[in-house]
Amino acid sequence: MDRRDPELARLIDQVERARSHRAPVDIRGGGTKTFYGGPPMGEPLDVTGLSGISSYEPTELVVTVRAGTLLSELEAALEEHGQSLPFEPPRFSAGGTVGGMVAAGLSGPARASVGTVRDHVLGVTLLNGRGELLTFGGQVAKNVAGYDVSRLMAGSLGILGVICEVSLKVLPVPRAGATLCFDWDEPRALEQLNLWASQPLALNASAWHDGRLHVRLAGAAAALSAACGKLGGTAVAPDAADSWWRGVRDQSGDFFSVSGADLARGDCLWRLSLPATAPPVELHGRQFIEWHGAERWWRTTAGPPEVRSAAALAGGHATLVRGADKSSGVFTPLSDVLMRIHHGLKQAFDPACVFNPGRMYAGL
Amino acid sequence: MAALAGVLPRGAILFRREDTAPYECDALTAYRTSPLAVVLPETEMQVAAALEVCHRMGVPIIARGAGTGLSGGAMPHHGGVVLSLAKFNKILRIDAGTCTAVVQCGVRNLAISEAAAPYGLYYAPDPSSQIACTIGGNVAENSGGVHCLKYGLTLHNVLRVRGFMVDGEPVEFGSGSLDAPGLDLLSVVVGSEGMLAVTTEVTVKLTPKPQVARCIMASFDDIESAGAAVASVIAHGIIPAGLELMDKAMTAAVDAFVHADYDLDAAAILLCESDGTPEEVAEEIVRMEEVLVASGASRIEVSCDEAQRLKFWSGRKNAFPASGGISPDYMCMDSTIPRRRLAEMLLAIEQMQSQYGLRCVNVFHAGDGNLHPLILFDAEDPDQMRRCELFGADILETSVRLGGTVTGEHGVGVEKLNSMCVQFSPLERAQFLAVKRAFDPLELLNPGKVIPTLRRCAEYGKMHVHRGMLPFPDLPRF
Repeated sequence: MDRRDPELARLIDQVERARSHRAPVDIRGGGTKTFYGGPPMGEPLDVTGLSGISSYEPTELVVTVRAGTLLSELEAALEEHGQSLPFEPPRFSAGGTVGGMVAAGLSGPARASVGTVRDHVLGVTLLNGRGELLTFGGQVAKNVAGYDVSRLMAGSLGILGVICEVSLKVLPVPRAGATLCFDWDEPRALEQLNLWASQPLALNASAWHDGRLHVRLAGAAAALSAACGKLGGTAVAPDAADSWWRGVRDQSGDFFSVSGADLARGDCLWRLSLPATAPPVELHGRQFIEWHGAERWWRTTAGPPEVRSAAALAGGHATLVRGADKSSGVFTPLSDVLMRIHHGLKQAFDPACVFNPGRMYAGL
Repeated sequence: MAALAGVLPRGAILFRREDTAPYECDALTAYRTSPLAVVLPETEMQVAAALEVCHRMGVPIIARGAGTGLSGGAMPHHGGVVLSLAKFNKILRIDAGTCTAVVQCGVRNLAISEAAAPYGLYYAPDPSSQIACTIGGNVAENSGGVHCLKYGLTLHNVLRVRGFMVDGEPVEFGSGSLDAPGLDLLSVVVGSEGMLAVTTEVTVKLTPKPQVARCIMASFDDIESAGAAVASVIAHGIIPAGLELMDKAMTAAVDAFVHADYDLDAAAILLCESDGTPEEVAEEIVRMEEVLVASGASRIEVSCDEAQRLKFWSGRKNAFPASGGISPDYMCMDSTIPRRRLAEMLLAIEQMQSQYGLRCVNVFHAGDGNLHPLILFDAEDPDQMRRCELFGADILETSVRLGGTVTGEHGVGVEKLNSMCVQFSPLERAQFLAVKRAFDPLELLNPGKVIPTLRRCAEYGKMHVHRGMLPFPDLPRF
C-alpha cells in the first residue's frame, strides 16, 4: 500500500491529528459489531473507503484485501473459484467488512475443526498510533521473519492500530457435505462429541440446542458416506441444512436475538469458552453449544460474578457478548502479568492511547 | 556464579570451558560463541530463580532445547547464561476427549506422537529433525514440516504455552480451551525465537491419525511444468497432505545416497501425498493422478504399500545428509516464495551458480512455497565461504523481490539478520523492537537475534535493496 493513496492519506491525517490532541478515535468498518466489546467512543475513523480486492491468485490459496471491503464481496469472489474462508466468519447484518472480521476475531461453526480467523491471517498492513504505515507477515503461508504481528491483530478490537489491508489463506470448498441430527440431551450430546473428536470422521461443525444435536461433516464424498453410516442419526436435506448452519453462523435464530426488553430484564448473551470435555455448566437460563462442546452460549439473567465463576470452575473463561450493563467488563479479567504485557504492547503501538479505548479492557 | 549457585543444585551449573563447549552453537555450526555459563535447572522453581538472578544482575539469558535449530537462534551470548531446558522431558497428560497433550518443553517432537499413538492420535507438525528437536524449540521457531500445507504450523497446533517472563514471573499464554481473553499473545510468542518469554510447558493439539496414506511420484521433463502441476493440483481443489519437489541435481544426490528408485532422467520430480480414510484416499489419488497427467507428467508411480511410500519419502527426507555426501559443506537457505514464481526463482538460482562459481541443489516444499536451496561449498576455503554467503543473501533478496520472505520455517536467528534489513523498513524493525520491550524491557532474553539494529542495517545498506527497488538496477553486482 502506498501512503499517497488519497483514502489512506486521509486516514493517516486523521490519526496524526488524534494523536496530537490525544483524542480517542473509534475505528469503524460496517458497524455491524458495535455491540461487541466495550462501548465505542471518540471520533469515528471510517475505513470503508479502503475497499477492494488487491490481489487474488486462487492457485496460491491467498487473497489480499483492503480492510473496508465488504465480507460478502470477498466471499462471493472466492466462491467463483470454488474457495472460501473456512472459518465461516459471522455476518451479523449486511455491511460487515474484512477489517472488522479480523479485528473482532470471531469465527463461525467450523472453527473447532478448521481453526480461527487468526489461523488464516498471513499478513497485515496497519497504521499504528504514530501514523506509520507498517507491513508484517506477507502473502505466503510459511513465514517466520520477525514476530508475528499480523496475527496479533486478529481479535485485537482495534486497540493497537488501524488494519488497512490483510492477506488471508483461503481453502477449496469441501467436495461434499452432510448434516445429521440427533435427539439427545446435553450430557449425551457432549459425551458423543468428545468420543467422536478423536476419530477421523470428517467432523466439521456441531451445534446442540434444546435437546437436539446437529452435526455437519465435510470432505470427500466417499469418506462422508462411510462416516454417516458410522454415526447414524437423521440426515437433514442439503438446502435446509445450509440455511440452518448459516443461521448459526450469523446468530440470526431466536436464541441469539436479544431484544431491548430482554436487556431491560437483565437477560444477557454470554459466551463461555471451555475445554470441550467440561461437564454441563450449572446456570439458569438457556444454552446453545457449538465447537464440539468448546463454546457454550448462555442466555441468562445471572450476574457477571456468577457466570464468570461458573466458567472458571469449568476451566475456561466467559465473555459478556450482549448485555445492558457492561460496567463490570466484557472480557474475563487478565492476570497482572498479562495486563502488564497488554499495556506494554498498547504503548508500543499506540503511545497516545487514541485507538478504540475501552473496547477490550478499561485503560487500554 | 555465586548468585546462581545459591538457587541451583550442584552440578546444574557448567562454567568450565570444556563443559560449556557443546553449547557454543546450535545446528548452524559456522557461528559459535562461548557463554559465561550454562545452567540446567530441573524444576520450574529453579528456572524462575535462575531468571530472577540473571535479570537482577543484568545478564543475558539464552534458552535452549535440543540445539537442532538451523539459524543460530540458540547461539550463546558471550556475556550471557545458556538456560538449557533439557531436563524438562516429561509428558504430563494426554486427553483423547479434547485431543490435547500437556508436555514439558524438553519433550521431543516425535515422542509426543509416540505417546499419543495408543489413542489413535498424533502431533501433526513434523519438522525433519523431529526425532531430536523439542516442542519448546518448535514453539520458539514456529516449526513447520512436510505436512503443514494440510495440517498447519506449530502455532496452529498449540493451545497454551506456560513459562516465565524474563524476571522469573510465571506466565501463561493461550488457555486450556480454544481461545483466551485479551490480545492473542500466543501468536507473537510462538515463533519469537526465545526473545519474549521462556517456555516450560506446552499444551498441544493432537490430530486423529489418518488411517491410510499413499504417495504419488511424478516425473517432469522441465521444471516449469512441474511448477505448473503444483498450481494445477491446488486449482482443482485438492490439498495434498504433502507436496514436495526436487530438482535433477538433488534427485541424483539422494538416489546415490539412499537408492529411492527415483527417475534420474527427470528434470524434476514431485511427491504428492494423500492421507485420510481409505475411501477418501482412493478418491483423491485418482483425482491427483488425472491432474498430474494432464499437467504433462512424463512418468507416474503410485505407492502400493507402506514400504514403497516410505521409500519414496526416504530420498526427500535424506536430502540434507545426501548433500553432505557430495560436498564438504552446504548452506541451507529457507525462503518462501509465491508458488507461481518457482520457475523464475530456480532460473535465477541457476544464473547465480555461475555468478558465484558454486553449485546449488534444490528441494522445495512446493505445497506452501518454501524453498530449500542447498549451496555446496568448502568452508576450508575462505573465498568459497564468502561467495557462499553472498549467494545465500542473493537468494533471500530475490525471494523478497518475488513477493516472498527470507525465512519460511528455520527462523532468523543470527544467520538472517542482514536479510531482515531487506524485508522490513526501519519503522517496521523499530516496531518489532517495541514489541520486544513490551515483554522484556531490559532486552536480556536472547539479545541480538532476529531484529537487526539500525546501525547493522545501515552498514549492510551499502548495497541495500529494499522491496525490489535496487538503487542502480542496471549495475551488475557480484
